[in-house]
Amino acid sequence: MRRWLLPLGLIALLLGVWQVAASTGAIAGALSLEDFLVPSPAEIASSLWENRGLLAENAWVTLKEILLGILCALVVGVSFAVAMHRWRVLRDAAYPLIVASQTIPTVVIAPILVVWFSYGIGPKIFLVALLCFFPITVNTLDGLRSVDPEAVKMMRSLDASRWQRLRRVEAPAALPSLFSGIKIAVVVAPIAAVFAEWVGADAGLGRLIQSDLANYQVARQFAAIAVLSGMALILIGLTALAERRVVTWR
Amino acid sequence: MRQDTRMKPESPGLQTMAAAAPAAAADSISLRGVGHSYGELQTLAGIDLEAPAHQVLGLVGPSGCGKSTLLELICGLQDPSDGTITVGGAASAPARLARCAFMPQRDLLLPWYSAIDNAALALRNQGLGRREARAAAAGLFERFGLAGFEAARPDELSGGMRQRVAFLRTLIAGKPALALDEPFAALDAITRAEMQEWLAAALRTEPRTVVLVTHDVEEALYLCDRVAVLSARPGRIVAEVKAPSPRAAERDAAVTDAAFVSVREEAMRALREGSR
Repeated sequence: MRRWLLPLGLIALLLGVWQVAASTGAIAGALSLEDFLVPSPAEIASSLWENRGLLAENAWVTLKEILLGILCALVVGVSFAVAMHRWRVLRDAAYPLIVASQTIPTVVIAPILVVWFSYGIGPKIFLVALLCFFPITVNTLDGLRSVDPEAVKMMRSLDASRWQRLRRVEAPAALPSLFSGIKIAVVVAPIAAVFAEWVGADAGLGRLIQSDLANYQVARQFAAIAVLSGMALILIGLTALAERRVVTWR
Repeated sequence: MRQDTRMKPESPGLQTMAAAAPAAAADSISLRGVGHSYGELQTLAGIDLEAPAHQVLGLVGPSGCGKSTLLELICGLQDPSDGTITVGGAASAPARLARCAFMPQRDLLLPWYSAIDNAALALRNQGLGRREARAAAAGLFERFGLAGFEAARPDELSGGMRQRVAFLRTLIAGKPALALDEPFAALDAITRAEMQEWLAAALRTEPRTVVLVTHDVEEALYLCDRVAVLSARPGRIVAEVKAPSPRAAERDAAVTDAAFVSVREEAMRALREGSR
């Protein structure tokens, strides 16, 4: 109870303060802005309701980009981690590169991706996958390597092939780490998707937020942001749920 | 005869287990001039040892004398730097690996498997399906005091129970030789004494050629036919003593017997001298 009540109470308090400050014009006054540029939570909520069809349509586009991007990162990242675990040469060669690749500001390559792959869903999925690849790969590899060397000896002595060792010992041992990676991926994926849309798209929450900004549709813009956060929260919750179902021994 | 009671005849696990059953000289373990070093550091030197079929050979020695390394060499997890080791007449590491099952110091039960799936791990690795492997292991659970714990998670088992499952996991691999690395070191004194009696009984009904590493001289003399005492690094054999009443049914009586006590003193003396 307490775990839920305290944060919910804090959210209510913050929204209340915002509501009062916005509806009395205090924020707009302090910033010397027109009132419509500073919507109150109530105005945002009503915009959310009025534009529910439009928001749902665009949220679906963004959700598809997020899920497909994470899926690609999972397939490639886990395969890559297993390969690096299996072949030491590959790990020694590729690991520093993977870490170094994180220094590239991904946001600046988004426009190039759009130039290369056009306006479609491709560059969005690519950018999401690119950002999710690192946490998934590195966490999975760490998990695979966390296995007790004595357990490996025990399995060798019990006639386990390399594949059986991976399947029965290393892979289950790596699952909690894999889920840690997915949790990070789920947080960064919406950001990547929205940014990719920002650069060039004809649909999606990122695209909506951008055009609303240009048209001073500030309330609807906040509504789109709320939908995006809600989506990310649901994904985090689903990941935690999946982890509890899969990793039953913790 | 023994393997008939061990599991149902139709069980495919039978073939793998049957290989272990006949007491043949071929199941003996033999070490000739075995030495080992990690880079510059010599851990073992000039080890000659013999474990005839279905006998239990104990290895005691001070910490860091290379006992565990010696065990890994015997069961083919590593190759010695010098000398030869044969298990069942075969000298290559893969052949030793196929003939000798290793039980590590900690039980290392896999938390994602139930007790019976942990015990049946070798059978799964050898290609049996889950159901057949469980059926093959179930008989052993009955016979070795684990009935009713088949579906238990490892963390639901007591320390003694975990060691029983770990030992069955080693036994069920169906190999003629076993290498046990301080199997009861982590247990409290009472549980340890119980487990020693349990292992003695298990080896009476399921004889194997066993090399047992322990730092407990009393445990070694109770469970083994002969006990080799190793010196401090580089480990050498400084004494070999014959146990007076290996695996006697009554442990407490056996270890307080005058003959036992005098052999224990002899072994302790050798251990003290070798530790210098």
